[in-house]
Amino acid sequence: MSTTAPSPVGTGQTAHFDPSIAHLTHVPRRHYGRWIASALILAAFALVVKAFAEGQIDWAVVGQFFTAQSIISGLGNTIIMTVCAMALGITLGVLFAIMVMSPNPVLKGVAVFYIWFFRGTPLLLQLLLWFNLALVFPRIGIPGLFEARMVDVMTPFVATLLGLGINQGAYTAEVVRSGILSVDAGQTEAAKAIGMTRLTTLRRIVLPQAMRVIIPPVGNEVISMVKLTSIASVIGFAEVLRNAQTVYYANARVIELLIVSAGWYLIIVTLLSIGQHFLERYFAKGTGRRSRPAMRPAVEG
Amino acid sequence: MMPIVVTTDVRKNFGSVQALDGVSIQIPAGQVLCIVGPSGSGKSTLLRCINQLERIDSGAVWVDGELIGYRRVGDKLYELTDAEIARQRLTSGMVFQRFNLFQHMTALENIIEGPVTVQKRRRTQAIDEALVLLERVGLSAKRDAYPSELSGGQQQRVAIARALAMKPKLMLFDEPTSALDPELVGEVLAVMKDLARSGMTMIVVTHELGFAREVANEVVFMDRGAIVERGSPQEVLVHPKQQRTRDFIAAVLA
Repeated sequence: MSTTAPSPVGTGQTAHFDPSIAHLTHVPRRHYGRWIASALILAAFALVVKAFAEGQIDWAVVGQFFTAQSIISGLGNTIIMTVCAMALGITLGVLFAIMVMSPNPVLKGVAVFYIWFFRGTPLLLQLLLWFNLALVFPRIGIPGLFEARMVDVMTPFVATLLGLGINQGAYTAEVVRSGILSVDAGQTEAAKAIGMTRLTTLRRIVLPQAMRVIIPPVGNEVISMVKLTSIASVIGFAEVLRNAQTVYYANARVIELLIVSAGWYLIIVTLLSIGQHFLERYFAKGTGRRSRPAMRPAVEG
Repeated sequence: MMPIVVTTDVRKNFGSVQALDGVSIQIPAGQVLCIVGPSGSGKSTLLRCINQLERIDSGAVWVDGELIGYRRVGDKLYELTDAEIARQRLTSGMVFQRFNLFQHMTALENIIEGPVTVQKRRRTQAIDEALVLLERVGLSAKRDAYPSELSGGQQQRVAIARALAMKPKLMLFDEPTSALDPELVGEVLAVMKDLARSGMTMIVVTHELGFAREVANEVVFMDRGAIVERGSPQEVLVHPKQQRTRDFIAAVLA
């Protein structure tokens, strides 16, 4: 081993400056690791593509069924159910978020119970409960006004709508509540000071500002809802996956039809993500994150 | 002349902290009352009780001849509803330390929100009046700016215009310049002086002793939830009788 002390790294070299190096060209660091990683990933990707191209998949069948009547009508049902269930979920979510934050102990209790129950049980179980409600209540109605058999009312569509929408409401209530909490208390005080009642304050001042916080997670939930509609296939709701299954039970092209379904889900989700981006921009107004030309934070008096 | 605000033996506790310990004041219409005192002395709480942002524990407050927060039937006081309290708040306008402009609305939208949504006035008329108010606070050019695009002083001037748009009989200022950079204090005080000259009744909680000396008709010094000394600005701020007042003024001027 050497007996010399380690040479002082910094101090020794800063002793003499060489101004002439100011003209030298700067060469960026080479990222060899990235090149190697890219090459490996490309190779792996090529293998996967090759495997699928040579595998037992008849791509012609995929193309043929992509726009088949039954798939398109299932797609329509998926979209309708997403819109309806989400509309119900958001309505219930706002309602129950307001109830949870209400000073009225009865309203608060009801809302807490709702959130506890519907977040606490599996969605699939809730769907089955709604669909089989006729076992508990064979007939439904208001005495003297109208009456019907529960099995006629609780169609797969209605059961799915109630199951997905009410379950979604319990989650959205928590999202809306956190959005409301994110708005500064000073906003509420200022609204009160100009004579607004509690509900007007909520509608005009608090909720519009809470939207900025609410939109991203709700957008996420819409996307999740598109895919959740597929579990309604178990109670016979004719959404896209259910119809794909019906087709492959007949023609045994299982993977091809699953690929068709996957393709459609990806298309809807992509479109929704784009919509969410524009919605977020709209509700970002006044936060300084939506860039407007010739409008920078002013500093002059 | 009938006083526009009367408080009688107002008490308010926050848990075990006694914020107001029997405060009685009277303000004749058209007068400017400045409330000074160390932080935690209850001066902001008093202001917030007058505007019912806080509920008083005991005592009574009248604004413009009307008992605030309660209806008297026989020898009982019945608490008013949310809507009735909202209506009572229309008598007074409030300006906050932290401006509290509605962040999702432009300066103009902030000012017309109350007249249009609460007072149900015609939008075009509200806009015309709002433009006059913006002119008055010197911000006509900023009508379409969002609060995040305005300086603190500009935001506070818009907030004053927003309160004035409701045509209140009384203006309450809760430390309106305390959150401002020093160079922006002057523009807000100038608007407030202009307002005082126009004959508006004002209650101003402030640390700006110069403003109080110049504009106030009466100055109240509060400490630990009670009024220690009151009188003309000359009496309270220049020749205070109480040792606590002297200590406070010395500390502020130091």
